[in-house]
Amino acid sequence: MADSGVVTVYGNGAIYETTKKSPFSVKVGLAQMLRGGVIMDVVTPEQARIAEEAGACAVMALERVPADIRSQGGVARMSDPQLIKQIKNSVTIPVMAKARIGHFVEAQILEAIGVDYVDESEVLTPADEENHINKHNFRVPFVCGCRNLGEALRRIREGAAMIRTKGEAGTGNVVEAVRHVRSVMGDIRVLRNMDDDEVFTFAKKIAAPYDLVMQTKQLGRLPVVQFAAGGVATPADAALMMQLGCDGVFVGSGVFKSGDPVRRARAIVQAVTNYSDPDVLAEVSCGLGEAMVGINLNDEKVERYANRSE
Amino acid sequence: MVVGVLALQGSFNEHIAVLRRLGVKGVEIKKPEQLDNVSSLIIPGGESTTMAKLAEFHNLFPALREFVKMGKPVWGTCAGLIFLADKAVGQKQGGQELVGGLDCTVHRNFFGSQIQSFEADISVPELASKEGGPETFRGVFIRAPAILEVGPEVEVLADYPVPSNKVLYSSSTVEIQEENSTPEKKVIVAVKQGSLLGTAFHPELTADTRWHSYFLKMAREVGDGASSSSIVAVGEEDPGLNQQSKIDLPVFQ
Repeated sequence: MADSGVVTVYGNGAIYETTKKSPFSVKVGLAQMLRGGVIMDVVTPEQARIAEEAGACAVMALERVPADIRSQGGVARMSDPQLIKQIKNSVTIPVMAKARIGHFVEAQILEAIGVDYVDESEVLTPADEENHINKHNFRVPFVCGCRNLGEALRRIREGAAMIRTKGEAGTGNVVEAVRHVRSVMGDIRVLRNMDDDEVFTFAKKIAAPYDLVMQTKQLGRLPVVQFAAGGVATPADAALMMQLGCDGVFVGSGVFKSGDPVRRARAIVQAVTNYSDPDVLAEVSCGLGEAMVGINLNDEKVERYANRSE
Repeated sequence: MVVGVLALQGSFNEHIAVLRRLGVKGVEIKKPEQLDNVSSLIIPGGESTTMAKLAEFHNLFPALREFVKMGKPVWGTCAGLIFLADKAVGQKQGGQELVGGLDCTVHRNFFGSQIQSFEADISVPELASKEGGPETFRGVFIRAPAILEVGPEVEVLADYPVPSNKVLYSSSTVEIQEENSTPEKKVIVAVKQGSLLGTAFHPELTADTRWHSYFLKMAREVGDGASSSSIVAVGEEDPGLNQQSKIDLPVFQ
């Protein structure tokens, strides 16, 4: 890598300086298997079973959903490994769990109990305000949040094999997720039309590694799977994120904080599969009961989780 | 030639991208009636539980079983292999619906969770003899299934050695290798039975397109042998299908 020139695109070592035992292709591979699916936050094995029956492609095992973290306050940490194990034993689909930003020991614990994916999440209280986890050191793959292209590429350089928008978790308000997807997609469109000579300065401007910026320009998309997250509460929200170009959707508090989780979970899954078919979307959106209570983000007092990390 | 790719969830975009590289059009199949427009089908990788649930919601199982019964070529990778198997172990509570047709027993999550996912060069003599190229194929196993038992009609195309203590399910057809001091068992990871093909790994995630061209040849053979009705002219099929070609992920290797 050192003497092979400036850019190594696609070839050896570009973004996967990782241990041989778990190559980057395997880490991205699972994310690719999750494409077109819905990942749901669950807090009990029973909820995990409901999510599985509804057709979720993975579950995120948590102690509190983001809406409760928001209302109860305090420091939010990794879930009890015992709970994660129970959830893992109750379902056959992949189980993810959240670690605090920069808290690599929590990530080591999650790897040790065999979770399928670790979410280094801004929803939990950050443990390190400067640094993220060096995700190359792990065999378990990571998903990280982003608000814009620069942030996404910085996380990929740190070893993230999957990217999600940050959105504003626990609000039931999709506006921030839309802003973040639009920002990433818009930056990629600008990049696509850019002269190669201008990419150096663009990389500096968005504070992202030049080789990854160049790779993104050539691909026309992020080099890893990109999901939407943060504020998705209805089937229409989920389909909106898919039509904006995401590969799949995380639903946090939206399912189990609603009136009828079983029906809503199933409706959101079907909305993601048939995201471009308004007839199906209309059908699955009917009679779902009450959606989760939303929070208006114009209120200054609402804490912005998305701003917790760069 | 148009190949259908079951597009409920999972790596269907990747399959369509590989087909495009081979100059073949892949169309997304989400509804039972769309199966009438294609003469062969790929069931992609993904979460088999999720795909089975979605297929149930979309009422796809009767149409898929009919498709298999008519002898049309079907290829399942990973989750798709589980779909095609007559019997699967290690399912979720209450089990999952299967399409069936392939006379074998599949262990749904044989290799364990994501940390046990791996890449390996597997020996593929049959594929190499038909398609040329190296004797091995880079198999990507993601929370992969394995085939534990096959019926007499089934041709084994590839297997993979596993330490015997990892075998979670004993079976009469799994061989024990005595040559090595560490006893190893082999599990089957690629099979063919008539017009059905199954692989436990993901050829759609690697740059090697030999499995795809192998399947396309199977599809052409069946198409030539059968009446012309099975290769309906699909040139003017619904333009709404798969119109915008999505930009796809790179292949990491």
